[in-house]
Amino acid sequence: MNRRSRYSAFPYLLWMSVFIIVPLILILVFAFTTTVKFDNTGNRLTNDQAAELIADWEASGKAGDFPVKEKFYFTFDNIIQVGNYSSTLINSVILASIATVICLFLGYPFAYMVSRMRVSRQKIMIMFIMLPMWMNFLLRTYAWMTLLEKNGWINRFLELFGIGPFEMINTQGAVVLGMIYNFLPYMILPLYSVMTKIDDHTIEAAYDLGANRVKALTKVILPLSMPGIASGITMVFVPAVSTFIISKLLGGGTNMLIGDLIELQFLGNTYNPHLGSAISLVLLVFVLLCISVTNQLDSDKTEGVLL
Amino acid sequence: MDKIIEIKGISKEFNGEQVLDNISLDIHDKEFVTLLGPSGCGKTTTLRIIGGFVTPDSGDLFFNGKRINDLPPYKRNVNTVFQKYALFPHLNVYENIAFALRLSKTPEKKINMRVNEMLELVDLVGFERRSVNYLSGGQQQRVAIARALINQPKVLLLDEPLGALDLKLRKEMQTELKKIQQHMEITFIYVTHDQEEALTMSDTVVVMNRGTIQQVGTPQDIYNEPVNAFVADFIGESNILGGIMHRDRLVEFAGNIFECVDRGFAPMEPVDVVIRPEDIVLTEPTADTINGVVESVTFKGVHYEIIVQASDTWIVHSTKAREPGDIVGITLSPSDIHIMKKSSAFSQGSFITDETEVRNIE
Repeated sequence: MNRRSRYSAFPYLLWMSVFIIVPLILILVFAFTTTVKFDNTGNRLTNDQAAELIADWEASGKAGDFPVKEKFYFTFDNIIQVGNYSSTLINSVILASIATVICLFLGYPFAYMVSRMRVSRQKIMIMFIMLPMWMNFLLRTYAWMTLLEKNGWINRFLELFGIGPFEMINTQGAVVLGMIYNFLPYMILPLYSVMTKIDDHTIEAAYDLGANRVKALTKVILPLSMPGIASGITMVFVPAVSTFIISKLLGGGTNMLIGDLIELQFLGNTYNPHLGSAISLVLLVFVLLCISVTNQLDSDKTEGVLL
Repeated sequence: MDKIIEIKGISKEFNGEQVLDNISLDIHDKEFVTLLGPSGCGKTTTLRIIGGFVTPDSGDLFFNGKRINDLPPYKRNVNTVFQKYALFPHLNVYENIAFALRLSKTPEKKINMRVNEMLELVDLVGFERRSVNYLSGGQQQRVAIARALINQPKVLLLDEPLGALDLKLRKEMQTELKKIQQHMEITFIYVTHDQEEALTMSDTVVVMNRGTIQQVGTPQDIYNEPVNAFVADFIGESNILGGIMHRDRLVEFAGNIFECVDRGFAPMEPVDVVIRPEDIVLTEPTADTINGVVESVTFKGVHYEIIVQASDTWIVHSTKAREPGDIVGITLSPSDIHIMKKSSAFSQGSFITDETEVRNIE
């Protein structure tokens, strides 16, 4: 490596340290600390008491020192508290897993089909897959709301045949549907890019050596597309497990996911960045575990798409 | 010898292009047959039809007397060595070779025995656990051959298997393939555009051009008695000139009238005259010779290639060097003048064979 190329990584390293490393450290710090409030005589205050003192102080025309002091303490409480929300975490994992598996089953045959087309057709098909990604994520999810509503388009259409109306919005099914719809391209693209590298002759060789269609799939095509499956699963599962907008809009608040819970700690009434950071940290560790498991799928040295 | 494969009137079209035009061919058991021709002549398509990867539009394919048009590749007792080997990159050498046996649920003991036999045959003992991605081209080729032979096919199809190898390795593999074919006592159908390869290895050479079979014969037949100007030009270098057959054993070309040994043409019939460069003798110019100027001299090892510009351009192979600018006479003996019917495939006196030369007659 020459001098020049050594320095050319610098802009990204700077970016990475400011916007990735530092925030991660902050999350770590917040997750293992708690803020305790005291009055000026050293008595411990609850949040309400502190708010009262501040209100009094402001009412008195801000006479004297600020009445509340804050101190950070190291604690495991936040992490332990995350346990209270284990059902939400499990629910998120289950819904995200269902969405990932369905994406895989929808995406795999499609990606294979596209990878065997003529190159000019492949480009068109890939454009169709990318097309929804060019539209705003929120807009697409709102569109599903109007489709799934009680008086939405689907129910109105079904009414024409005397069927329904069905409860579709605000169900777990709607959340999974939203995940599939939004993340399916992230399954197809890595699968497709791995499958285009599989030589037609390699598949023909399998037929030639006595493999029928099923055997050619299981013995050759599937193992060769493992890297794509691994990165596809990662790329769908990770955003799906931590999504909050989809569950908020399509789940109607009744199907809270771990992402909603985190959002609530930072933007909601129960403002508690320490707990929010702790949940984020648990989720992060969990996601890393999942990735390391899926990476085992292509542990042998076939070229993969690292994403 | 028994016929193992019969091709009867097979045609195939791809996107409106006639790739195979009503070809018929018999291939005998234990024969080394080479399909030879320029790219796009239909040789690979013929091979793929036999392998079962391409369905012919019309015509029939027989294997041991049974029609197998509709049999999928995995049910044919035929195996293929693909052009770029097409090894399974996720399997090591051993598993690549064992692939067919694993599919047929052969007992482990027998797999082990057969794979070791194959490794010995292709001289790859000790490479069992190696990943195929880290093998040289020649080694990959050997794995591909072993993998295709393990099922003991009656016929092995080879699609330009040596195309990616360097010259020295190619020569070695040629001998080795021939040895393997004789050892296994099976039929090899070998596709190549390399005429030398075809002549060295084959029992029978099938020369193809533009979706038709031009000539079928032993290497000697094909070289010494080419049926038309295309074959003559494709197999070895040739001077091909337009001529007129005056009567039996008398032909006019290059402005002179020559005696020759061919007969059976109509009076004044236009013909192709083929003269091998090594048959030409360069002499001092006289009234009886075709006289021209030496344009270039290239040393080729065994001989010099001399280009002589007369009324036509001649290629002459001679062991004696000449200087460019020398005036020489081209002397021909009657037995070296080969007369061929004008073939319709290249009637206008010029033809294109993309891998050989493009040469104009007249």
